[in-house]
Amino acid sequence: MSEGADDGHLLVCQEVTVAYAGLRALSAVSLTLDRAEIIGLIGPNGAGKTTLVNAMSGFAPITHGSIQLGGAEISKLSPERRAHRGLARTFQHGRLFGDLSARENVELGAIAVGCSAREARRRTHALLEEIGLLDLAASPASELSHGDQQRVSVARAVVAEPAVLLLDEPAAGLPAEGLGELASLVEHARSARGAGVVVIDHNVEFVLGLSDRVVVLDHGEVLTEGTPAHVRSHAGVAAAYFGTVGSVGTDGTDGTDEAGTRTVPVP
Amino acid sequence: MTVVGYLVNAISLGALYALIAVSVGLVFGVLRQINLAQGEVITFGAYSLWLMRSLPTWLAIVLCFAVCIAASLLLQVAVFRPLRGASALTTLVATFGVSYGLEALWLIIFGPSGNTVSMLTSLNNTVVGGAVALRWITLVEIGAAVVLLGGLLLLLFRTSLGMRMRAVAEDLRAARLVGVRIGQVVTWAFVLSGASAAVVAVLATVQTPLVTPTFGLNLIIFALVGVVLGGLDHLGRATAGGFIVGFVNSLLGSILPEQELVFVTSLTFLFVVVVLVVRPAGLLAPRGADVERV
Repeated sequence: MSEGADDGHLLVCQEVTVAYAGLRALSAVSLTLDRAEIIGLIGPNGAGKTTLVNAMSGFAPITHGSIQLGGAEISKLSPERRAHRGLARTFQHGRLFGDLSARENVELGAIAVGCSAREARRRTHALLEEIGLLDLAASPASELSHGDQQRVSVARAVVAEPAVLLLDEPAAGLPAEGLGELASLVEHARSARGAGVVVIDHNVEFVLGLSDRVVVLDHGEVLTEGTPAHVRSHAGVAAAYFGTVGSVGTDGTDGTDEAGTRTVPVP
Repeated sequence: MTVVGYLVNAISLGALYALIAVSVGLVFGVLRQINLAQGEVITFGAYSLWLMRSLPTWLAIVLCFAVCIAASLLLQVAVFRPLRGASALTTLVATFGVSYGLEALWLIIFGPSGNTVSMLTSLNNTVVGGAVALRWITLVEIGAAVVLLGGLLLLLFRTSLGMRMRAVAEDLRAARLVGVRIGQVVTWAFVLSGASAAVVAVLATVQTPLVTPTFGLNLIIFALVGVVLGGLDHLGRATAGGFIVGFVNSLLGSILPEQELVFVTSLTFLFVVVVLVVRPAGLLAPRGADVERV
């Protein structure tokens, strides 16, 4: 597990640029994450949120800049080596292993990063109990409801007890009552192990309620960052959302966001 | 021979092909690439048994396992690793080339006439004589297949290695992001594939002691057909497909009149073609399943 960097920052993204076929999905984005800090990453469709998470986790190669975890450069490391350094993530659409049971999916998250089978079983049992999925533990992941898949996906990342937890749309498809369980899972990761958390979600209220600090991306650049209150009162944030409705999201800028119009809570 | 005898022999050959299908399916499962050179691993194992004929039988068998596993790992390092990221067709052609080259090598080293492995010959004695004509090797093949396939099931569903292998087989990229060490899993797949090839080499040389340069090729072609017949994307179905082809092949050989035995292979392939026309994704694949293309 990675320890905090000397300057106190757990994760440092410095001028991270990601380009696909000459098109910039991210332009010199800088971001820091401290231990036990939750950062919300918001922005309209195509803003580059998922691209940034992909860059951090090694899913998307960066074309410029650097990413440091615990003071060590990780931008050239493979995704699995980043995971072993303490970086865990979830995916926009769960991306569970459908043939594996819910229990196996969560256990794998721990085993993959070197946890013993016994310890992985113990952690998995505790987590499934916490999110109320013990009864469905033996069910193949493909047979779970979308909401349950999302919760298993988050549990699979949390079970690794990562230093950094990257959550890509964890609340998608969750009913209102499921949001509380999700928030407690994230809190569990933060308080138990001091994990730093980056969370992206289209449910902006959920993100603002959960985060200590919020970074707003627009067109692959940082529009503003600050406390949730600061973001709520920032005129440019609403403009970014409303100004892009219907025109952004299908342009493939970040390649992974869901298309369609969205609303943002009026600051 | 009685109907029981035919059936037991058919089950025995089916079991042997099922083991070969497993050795191909393990690698395909994690890499989505077909190893056409797997037959040469079997041939190498068979020749190693002949080369070590003066050693105690148990030692020769242990060394045969070592040879097959080493050969399998060598294929991984020399062919599959450099071609990582290449299309499945590229690897298919590359392993075909390796297979062809190795066959020529066997021909140069060991000659075309074949070498007889006289190991465990007592297994060819009959358990039950007369009309049933059941040999020990038939029972050993069935027993070995049951034990090994059962062991493989335990490995896949009861160990953390098996869990990682199943995850990689389903979604390699997601497995990497979760932290699964893909290289380690792939190496284990080749080790297990080599061990399966060694079992086949030992059993096949008892049943057919004459080892020729095409010894493994003759086996792998039928097993591969079985793998495609069962469904390439699922280890269990691929194994069952291997079993079915072996079973049908043996049964046809038993029931056809002697002057028509020459048609056994043609009729087996005809059976496969008909099955694939009706069920392109494989006989045992769920209806509507995608056709795995390589």
